[in-house]
Amino acid sequence: MIAEIGHFAITLALIMALVQGIAPLVGAARDNAAWMGLAKPAARGQFLFTALAFACLTQAFVTSDFSVAIVAANSHTLKPMLYKVSGVWGNHEGSMLMWVLILTIFGLMVAEFGRNLPPSLHARVLGVHGLIAVGFFAFILFTSNPFERLDPALLQGQGLNPLLQDPGLAFHPPFLYLGYVGFSMAFSFAVAALIEGRVDPAWARWVRPWTLAAWCALTVGIALGSWWAYYELGWGGWWFWDPVENASFMPWLAGTALLHSSIVVEKRDALKSWTVLLAILTFALSILGTFLVRSGVLTSVHAFATDPSRGVFILGLLVVIVGGALTLYMIRAPQLKGGGLFSPISREGALVLNNLVLATATAVVFLGTLYPLALDAVGGGKVSVGAPFFASTFVPIMSPILIACVIGPTLGWKRGDLGTALKRLRLALLVAVVVLLAVWYMAAGNQVLSALGLGVAAWLIVGAFIDLAGRLGVFRVSLVESWRRTVNLPRSAWGTAFAHAGLGIFVAGVTASSSWQTESVQLMRAGDSVPLAGYTVTFEGAKDLKGPNYNAVRGGFTVRRGDRVIARLKPEKRFYPAEQSQTTEAAIHTTWMADIYTVLGDRDESGAWTTRFYHNPLVPWIWAGVMVMALGGGISLTDRRLRIGAPRRARDNPSRAASPVPTGS
Amino acid sequence: MRLSFILPIGIFAILAALFGIYLYQIGPGGKDIKQIPSVLIDKELPEFELPPIEGRGDGLNTSDLKGRAALVNVFASWCPPCRTEHPGLMQLAKEGFALYGINYKDKPKDAMGFLARLGDPFKRIGADANGRAAIEWGVYGYPESFIIDRTGRIRYKHIGPIMPRDLEMTIRPLLEKFSK
Repeated sequence: MIAEIGHFAITLALIMALVQGIAPLVGAARDNAAWMGLAKPAARGQFLFTALAFACLTQAFVTSDFSVAIVAANSHTLKPMLYKVSGVWGNHEGSMLMWVLILTIFGLMVAEFGRNLPPSLHARVLGVHGLIAVGFFAFILFTSNPFERLDPALLQGQGLNPLLQDPGLAFHPPFLYLGYVGFSMAFSFAVAALIEGRVDPAWARWVRPWTLAAWCALTVGIALGSWWAYYELGWGGWWFWDPVENASFMPWLAGTALLHSSIVVEKRDALKSWTVLLAILTFALSILGTFLVRSGVLTSVHAFATDPSRGVFILGLLVVIVGGALTLYMIRAPQLKGGGLFSPISREGALVLNNLVLATATAVVFLGTLYPLALDAVGGGKVSVGAPFFASTFVPIMSPILIACVIGPTLGWKRGDLGTALKRLRLALLVAVVVLLAVWYMAAGNQVLSALGLGVAAWLIVGAFIDLAGRLGVFRVSLVESWRRTVNLPRSAWGTAFAHAGLGIFVAGVTASSSWQTESVQLMRAGDSVPLAGYTVTFEGAKDLKGPNYNAVRGGFTVRRGDRVIARLKPEKRFYPAEQSQTTEAAIHTTWMADIYTVLGDRDESGAWTTRFYHNPLVPWIWAGVMVMALGGGISLTDRRLRIGAPRRARDNPSRAASPVPTGS
Repeated sequence: MRLSFILPIGIFAILAALFGIYLYQIGPGGKDIKQIPSVLIDKELPEFELPPIEGRGDGLNTSDLKGRAALVNVFASWCPPCRTEHPGLMQLAKEGFALYGINYKDKPKDAMGFLARLGDPFKRIGADANGRAAIEWGVYGYPESFIIDRTGRIRYKHIGPIMPRDLEMTIRPLLEKFSK
């Protein structure tokens, strides 16, 4: 019964989306306030019914209702409650329901908080958003109904892929989807602006918070996924250039470019058509991410729903949504007149460089991910490009940005002076060169790239805060004055500093962990010890134990430095009888400067265990850096100008005459 | 109208068409992507001679593959699906089948680490550092496996990772059949 309520709720949500997708757009075209006013109640209704459907599905998972097909296929009564709940989105149908739930939450937020938008723009944004929702609700109802019944019902479910039964991965999809779907807001704003035929600084100011929020969520989501791969897959790597990873990385790269180019639109009224195009492309890549993972176009380790008929539907959606937007772009974008001129050496110039690099990098990842597919489609046979391709293209392409993103924020708008900027940054330059030389010297001159990497990291971190210190007048003006400036400095400046410093921390982590990883693989018996990067790891033996829905062997390892015990680590090998599969649970001790990573392998005939240890220097910095980047985004999101919203000019907009009708709630 | 405004929709149209063609091919009634026949099926092995992975003493030549049924697996440490199928290969080796490896475009250190970590099911491994042998063998993607009979003819080719189902349904039965 509850499943049928859920199914019915999705149908009602689709109808609400149809209303929201048609009425406001027609209303805005005819200047009919009543029709435009329909957007708000429709958005509310859509959210309520989708939330109801999601609640129904959650109920089915929590109570293990095995008469619902996806619950039977993905859950099990013995599964811990956390994974029963995360099982809701740990499968194709449920994850699509979560996708639209987030879509309707964003729609609701624009409906409720968009009061200071000009009414026609508000109506059009919500209208476009409604049309996207129509497509995805139809996708769920026609190809992926999560409430499909199973007759006869099963007594026991088949369980969730044990690899996915992990706290890190339980929260990975929600964040990823917040990011993907968040970019739909930027898209709706871009299409609405194209319909209106106007893009101005006020528009950029409205788009920015949505893009920032989506970007932060996507950043956290990708970091969680990569962290999970690091400790769960048990081979010590953290990024594999796997198509599914690339699918989330492409919208991130494009979204990062969008964040930066919208600054130029806002401050200087330039780069308009490019920014609109980026907004369209970023969301297109988000849908493509969904498409690649869900359709079976690319098979990969963790693509869990592979079904070509869904692929055809998503391709149709892509053609309508993105093809439609790009056609509109072709017709309307030439009318968007750019404002400010600027010289190449200027804040705008640096942001353009940022965009060029990020766009190229996105194109490279796109090519590397889809080229094998394209070649196959035209009959050229199958090829595979792996990590070697990305390592030799992506890294060199991104390098200029690492140098320039420190200089950019110190340059003036319109026309900057490179000499002055470098003079302000001389301390950062000095630290970077010292770090570079020190590393180069310690590595006896044969690890030039590693030295370069750490030098660049120092440049980024120190540079970011020198710029901040400069703005605050640290050591130049009185403490009181510095404090006053600290309070008054726009939060976006703090955000920039944190995000760029986070990039530096990330670069340091990547460089050190890939350059100086120590690995040790051996056969051990209880009592044996092996040295590992200055530590001694002793094997204390292994014993069997029983988890809620698995059997495990747990190894005990003691890590010592000299005689001092640093850590006791207990890696496990788990066997899940319901799913008939095995996972390794690495045990990791982190000192923040390095990870000691232990994995228990198989036992051979003689009773000795294969054990693997890694010493990964600075590896925690990889995720710490990414989190600092997301934190920077979050700080920027609290900027006063984004909270206050629209500048005066827009409030006095003549279209104010068509004021929205009050909607009863 | 300036080209720069038409370009996005143009590129998108081409990409959408490519996706469409691809989906049509793998769709109902379309070709099964796993079943592309190798031009080498039932032909003699290509002549090749591969050096060992640096730090090992074996290497792989055409003559190594004659005299008994065998599975030749093309793998690389950077290829995640290769890790997925590896336990299956270990299982086959344990059952006594002859497995040979072609290590495709890999760093010796990474390849050795891969084998040390996940186990080494191979009797001999050749290092195909520049991808030349992979071209000779007509390898489409990684991983890929070939089943060879005792006269040294290629009898079957499997594209992509050998999943437990493939192992039970095709790979093991074929190996048993050609071993007789």
